[in-house]
Amino acid sequence: MTSFPADSQIAAESGHRPARRRLTWARVGRASVPYLLILPVLGATGAVLGYPVGYLVNLSFQRYGLPELIQHAGHYIGLHNYWLVLHDSVFWDTLRRTVIFTAANVSLTIGLGTMIALLLVRVSRFVRLPLTAGLVLVWSMPAVVAVQVFYWMTNFENGVFNSILGLGQHDWYATTFSQLGLVTALIVWGALPFVVITLYAGLAQVPHELVEAAEIDGAGPLRVFRDVTFPVLKPIFLILTSLSIIWDFGVFTQPYLLIGREHQYASNYLMGVYVYIKAYSGNDYGQGAAISILMLLIVAILSIFYVRKMVKIGDVQ
Amino acid sequence: MSASAATPAGAPQPRRARRGRRKLATQTGWNLVGIAVIVVMVFPVYWMISTAFKSDGEITSGSWFPLQPTLQHFRSAMAGADHPYFWNSVANSLIVVCVTVALSMVIAFFAAVALAKFRFTGRKVFIVLMIGIQMLPQAGLIIPLYLVLRQYGQTGTLTGVIITYMTFVLPFSVWTLRGFIIGIPRDLEEAAMVDGSSRVGAFVRILLPLVAPGLVATSVFAFITSWNEFIFANVLLNDNSKQTVTVWLSYFTGTARHTDWGALMAASTLTAIPVVIFFVLVQRKIAFGLTAGAVKG
Repeated sequence: MTSFPADSQIAAESGHRPARRRLTWARVGRASVPYLLILPVLGATGAVLGYPVGYLVNLSFQRYGLPELIQHAGHYIGLHNYWLVLHDSVFWDTLRRTVIFTAANVSLTIGLGTMIALLLVRVSRFVRLPLTAGLVLVWSMPAVVAVQVFYWMTNFENGVFNSILGLGQHDWYATTFSQLGLVTALIVWGALPFVVITLYAGLAQVPHELVEAAEIDGAGPLRVFRDVTFPVLKPIFLILTSLSIIWDFGVFTQPYLLIGREHQYASNYLMGVYVYIKAYSGNDYGQGAAISILMLLIVAILSIFYVRKMVKIGDVQ
Repeated sequence: MSASAATPAGAPQPRRARRGRRKLATQTGWNLVGIAVIVVMVFPVYWMISTAFKSDGEITSGSWFPLQPTLQHFRSAMAGADHPYFWNSVANSLIVVCVTVALSMVIAFFAAVALAKFRFTGRKVFIVLMIGIQMLPQAGLIIPLYLVLRQYGQTGTLTGVIITYMTFVLPFSVWTLRGFIIGIPRDLEEAAMVDGSSRVGAFVRILLPLVAPGLVATSVFAFITSWNEFIFANVLLNDNSKQTVTVWLSYFTGTARHTDWGALMAASTLTAIPVVIFFVLVQRKIAFGLTAGAVKG
């Protein structure tokens, strides 16, 4: 729509320089409109993200601790930071823990989300409406608020978890497994509404005739789901899964606040928390930067699929 | 469904009646499961609100309902001697959020028009950029943003936070607004141009009013995202008087053994209220954009 074949044809035929130049300028003007429109966004994100990311790469090659922070200058030490990080067992333990944590969170979120979405189709209207409303309510809870509520519910003295389960004064924060289990509960609880509502919207696209035909042919509910519903929903499943992986892998607020600022140790780090602690409590910005870069790379690889999918959607219009 | 199940039982067709009864039983079963899911999902929210209204005695005794509701916890959260910074934080959050949203919407709208109405070289790269940025783990960006903002003396200032938030609000705003603009039929615009309006005239008179609901929905969503943000505010704002609401709330707990649970839950409720109201208002409008645009919920 930015180029008009008729214009260029006239310009080519008439061969008049002034006319040609005038037309060219008009075309250049028209062609530059979209660039002018995206310029502010590019400028803002470039300045606030592009520059720091470049800075981050640069920083990861320097020794940059407290003395360097005060002097505003680091010392270049090549790949030494990466060498240190990759030879640090804490890094590998944290990575393994984060991968397992992510796998557990994503499968729970998607699994439970699918079940609730299918349930939402089957329940009567008088249950569906409050269920949807409840999901939206949970969806809208800010993460920090949700953390505080879970913290209160799992308190060992008066927490409602212990009184419901009859556990007396059980300390839910005693072991790493239990801590991360709570974080998982919190994250899955908060992520379910998005997954359920998205899948429920997708389920509306599954053709009724197909499901009925399969049922008449004697297919059980599992078979119907596997061979009719799932193929239709596959793109949505792929998007939701890759989004959940990306979010859960880099999660910070929930583990950091629920387990507690003062209770973060090498034994319960998740990747996001590890990066943060390494830089701030350890005051080693160089190594922190190296870990950040490694983490960004992992997430970049994880998101390739999702980004490609989205670009396709954006390109088709 | 319930209507078909209510066909007279014991009528001439016993088989159908039996089938109907079984259907009713299945339906009731699903409904019971559904109600159980509602209870489990909503319970934490109920527990937050009910704790906020309970008396101290009811909180320690673990009573299920606030039988003697009190506003004492809200008073102590908002202006208690231990928690003096509530209104300060609300003001800071409002400043940060409003400036972020206003600036972002203007800038994002232009880019969204470019994406929706023009085909140009580099368009694809731009889309990749907009989607890619949303995927960056924020924890990984804290260090460089902190150090760069520190260089320019913008740590501990609201400006630094606003600039940071903008970069995260912009990509999804561009993406969601793009969806709203595409939804407008091109004929409308062309009709206006035939009627003698210029392109800009058509834009202002036709496009803008039609996109207005989309702009409102996107702004509200941007509002919620910025209001809820914790990671950057936590790192960039250290001073008590400069905190945003989420940071204020995150420091509320005090020591683990002497937490004022009633006040903590009142504070949580207060923090959540604006978001819940806004979210419920626009959720329907934005839900589609979410799937297509991928915003952190």
